[in-house]
Amino acid sequence: MYSCADLKKGLKLIIDGDPHLIVQFDFTKPGKGQALYKCKLRNMLTGSLFERTYRSGESFEPAQLEERDMQYLYKDESGYVFMDQKNYEQVIITEDVLGDDHYFLVDNMQVKVLLFNERGIGVTLPNFVNLRVVQSDPWVKGDTAAGNNKPATVEGGYTLQVPSFVEQGDLIQIDTRTGEYYTRVKE
Amino acid sequence: MREINWALARKRQNLEKRARILQQVRAFFVGHGLLEVETPQRIPANAPELHIDAIEADGAVLHTSPELAMKRLLAAGYPDLFQLCRVWRFGERGDRHLPEFTMLEWYRRDADYTKLMTDCENLLLHLVPSGRLAWQGTAIDLTPPWPRLSVTDAFNRHASCSAAEALTAGRFDEVLTAEVEPRLGTAPLFLIDYPVPLAALARIKPGAPMVAERCELYLGGLELANGFSELTDPVEQRARFVADELERRAAGKMPRPLPEPYLDELAGLPPCAGIALGIDRLVMLLTTAVEIGEVVAFAPEQL
Repeated sequence: MYSCADLKKGLKLIIDGDPHLIVQFDFTKPGKGQALYKCKLRNMLTGSLFERTYRSGESFEPAQLEERDMQYLYKDESGYVFMDQKNYEQVIITEDVLGDDHYFLVDNMQVKVLLFNERGIGVTLPNFVNLRVVQSDPWVKGDTAAGNNKPATVEGGYTLQVPSFVEQGDLIQIDTRTGEYYTRVKE
Repeated sequence: MREINWALARKRQNLEKRARILQQVRAFFVGHGLLEVETPQRIPANAPELHIDAIEADGAVLHTSPELAMKRLLAAGYPDLFQLCRVWRFGERGDRHLPEFTMLEWYRRDADYTKLMTDCENLLLHLVPSGRLAWQGTAIDLTPPWPRLSVTDAFNRHASCSAAEALTAGRFDEVLTAEVEPRLGTAPLFLIDYPVPLAALARIKPGAPMVAERCELYLGGLELANGFSELTDPVEQRARFVADELERRAAGKMPRPLPEPYLDELAGLPPCAGIALGIDRLVMLLTTAVEIGEVVAFAPEQL
């Protein structure tokens, strides 16, 4: 069982029989008061999102999910298609269920597909993915401060903050666990 | 190979601002004649608190607040004091919490919590001389005096139940966080006069036996400081500590000794008031950072 101290973004729990993923997490504590653990959860079967606040002392059942190595093939109208290269079995997962992870899928990428009762309900991505910047405002001359940032959109439509020296066309590495810029990739 | 740790590089403006704030805070208190002190971070016992857990440190604990040591100095005749120090709290990490954070604590002799609230007003005006704080696209007016709102009135105004009902139902913190705090606005405001069970080291308000003289400063949606008129009665203090320690143990927490030297010397404590202000949150306010990890060089998960 998990306790409140284990709660964090990315943790998977069983709630009312369904596996859920914590997609946002915050710890708050008023003054000298009791700790409150605010979670935004996604039902991994339906994709529906909701918020719930837990108090210290509560416990949680971990979601035991089967993980299988698979390759991401393509996206079609039914969803994102993955294939087990050992037996050629295919699994389809919809965009709602994948959440933001769908932005980081690159054709032929090796991922771990999470299965619950034989059904694909999510993926574990490689920690880093390289994606090309398709839109970002040009670097402002004279802006030499190391810490300055600006928004950029990468192939697939994901938008994030990048350092001002990153230019349109650059290949960048993104940490898929946080969704944040990690480094520029030299080609 | 990574060309630059960008998450670290982009904190630079915040960290430069933080350094200036620390210098200005020091100058403010020195200028008002308070003596700066340093007290040990590793101690035998903190004041027992049900909802604050210390980090074990080789048979002792790291302090969760420098309050007991500072009050022992006051009891020994020291003048008004301040301290800037790291404090440690087990398991606290959120957008506004770090398990290791910087606390500013100060004490005023022969004063009550009203003096502390005036100090807070003057400190913020020292840091923002214009009295208008640019904050997330708006300006917060810091002109004193700031409103003082009692907990009773705050619940009556903003919550679905009274403070007394929330306390009886064991839902005080929940209602405070979910219903009251979000409606306090962004302008500076003191929440004052807490129910006695929520103020273990505070003096009872004269003429109001159910209310303790405790104040909390809210500014920019952040809970910034917590202070009180100090309890100076050793018998009452021991009774409250024993009750709190029993409650801790009943909740399955590691037994800790009572802070006996503090209880022993408390009789010498003059009437005084003390307050703790979170420096990291103050820097958040003045840099408009929304996550506390943005105002320290390294959040725990970045080490």
